[in-house]
Amino acid sequence: MLSPEDVQKVATLARLKLSEEELEQIGQQLGGILDYVAVLDEVDVSEVEPMAHVADVSNAFRADETRPSLPREKSLSNAPKTDGKYFLVPQILENA
Amino acid sequence: MEFTPIIGLEVHVQLLTKSKLFCGCPNLFNPDNPNVQTCPVCIGLPGSLPVMNQEALRLSQKTAMALNLNLANFTKWDRKQYYYPDLPKAYQISQFDLPFSYDGWVEVTLPSSGETTKVRLIRAHLEEDAGKNMHDESGRGGDSKVDLNRTGTPLLEIVSEPDIRCAEEARVFLEELRLLLRYIEVSDCNMQEGSMRCDANVNLHVHEDGEKIPTPIVEVKNLNSFRGVEAAIEYEIKRQVKAWETDRKRIGDVPKETRGWDADRGQTFAQRGKEDAADYRYFPDPDLVPVTTTDEQLEAIRATLCVFPADRRKSYVNDLGLSEYDASVIVDQGREYADYFDEVTSVCGDGKQAANWLTQDVQRELNDRKIEIAEFSISAAVLGSVLQKIVKGDITIKSGREVFAELLKQSDDGTTVSAESVDAIIADKGLGKEQDTGKIDAAIQAVIDNERNAKAVEDVRGGKQQAVGPLIGQVMRELKGADAGSVRQMIIDKLTS
Repeated sequence: MLSPEDVQKVATLARLKLSEEELEQIGQQLGGILDYVAVLDEVDVSEVEPMAHVADVSNAFRADETRPSLPREKSLSNAPKTDGKYFLVPQILENA
Repeated sequence: MEFTPIIGLEVHVQLLTKSKLFCGCPNLFNPDNPNVQTCPVCIGLPGSLPVMNQEALRLSQKTAMALNLNLANFTKWDRKQYYYPDLPKAYQISQFDLPFSYDGWVEVTLPSSGETTKVRLIRAHLEEDAGKNMHDESGRGGDSKVDLNRTGTPLLEIVSEPDIRCAEEARVFLEELRLLLRYIEVSDCNMQEGSMRCDANVNLHVHEDGEKIPTPIVEVKNLNSFRGVEAAIEYEIKRQVKAWETDRKRIGDVPKETRGWDADRGQTFAQRGKEDAADYRYFPDPDLVPVTTTDEQLEAIRATLCVFPADRRKSYVNDLGLSEYDASVIVDQGREYADYFDEVTSVCGDGKQAANWLTQDVQRELNDRKIEIAEFSISAAVLGSVLQKIVKGDITIKSGREVFAELLKQSDDGTTVSAESVDAIIADKGLGKEQDTGKIDAAIQAVIDNERNAKAVEDVRGGKQQAVGPLIGQVMRELKGADAGSVRQMIIDKLTS
């Protein structure tokens, strides 16, 4: 299982607030998942090229052409708070 | 105390594409109209998918070539996860372990010492820019405003090795980088508008008892002018010297510190540090497929490069005989200016003559009129034809200046001036150099015979050569366009042989 400290670190990075109980419980679940995936460690991949993408596709591009953007009111329409021009968010401190 | 400053720069430049990196929103600086250049991709709405702008990659590869970077034939994009309101997806699409370019260098020459150094580059990679946050400055804790117009703008991150040893070198490196990127037309590198931004990593190697002790590294963020870069680094070096003398902290004793630059106070200031080291949890972005580039494709891009500023300076010195100073003055004005110079030179056939006119007469007009060379009414072809006549000896430099002034006057009056205008002005004003030695001879004789000049004539005969000046003046007034040097010689020959 994953230690409560490790779970706490991952939770903080994901901005999740977990109770002591949840840290324990999720630690066990994550541990189970990691053990399951660890089965793959048994596969010999020494002769296999690292894979950058699951689809065997490369070079999907678009031409440098503009398309109409959304009207501002549409862009802002899902925001919890706006002043009609900007998205408004609780005060942020640089590097907080 | 003996120490060496160790400086590395991280430079971000926005690329000059029409549309953003992963969507069709326009790539325009538009701070007065917030949130009008966004779409589901920029806002990070669920279900939206990014598609790579091919031109952004092409401009990136072009830049890499100019910076002597190696180009990867295989590259991919990764997600860099962090929470910040200017990045609604909660990750930035960037490049982690396989950037499209690595291992390059830029050559810089320090004006103070004339010393030339190579600043090595670790890599350049392509990523998306974030939006812009505006904080409530009142101190009352009001909301921050977010403008996502900039989100998704193609952004090149160029990272140098810590090869820079003083603040001046950092500024010159940045200036040379800007000039180069503007020459190859990949970015306008406008620091005020944020299309070029710079962070500096600064620490010291303290030399003590034969030991070299590195001090903690400080990252100075958001340097948005060339003066700012130089001043912030100078300040930071002094501050770190004092810090070493007080607390003797070495690298590793404290976490890496981030400081801001207050241009008004001329000081760096501590920003709230992160408790944990950044943990971005990079992984390959499943929404974007990798990119492969063939050598043929790279060669096609290479063919679009122009002559770089550094090579241009060298060629002006070696091939045209310009001084290093003049060569730099012309090249550093930008590509349009240097192209103008090249055309004038090729028409008149004399680089030095072209350089003199450009750095003096033309530059003075540009300054007075507060315009760029592209807006100058006398084209390179027309100026070249004036200078050609000087070089061939058809008119004197003084007459050339008269033609130049008249060309300006005519174009100010709304006429489009051409090479024909040059010929017409020379004919009208009788500026063609007098080649008829009989006529010159007669004019000189008339001046010598004039009673009023009897004393001057005697003086010259007696060996006082400085007395010849007024006589030359009179001959020149008589014969517009005569060459003063040869008139002088003819008078002296006449009176002393």
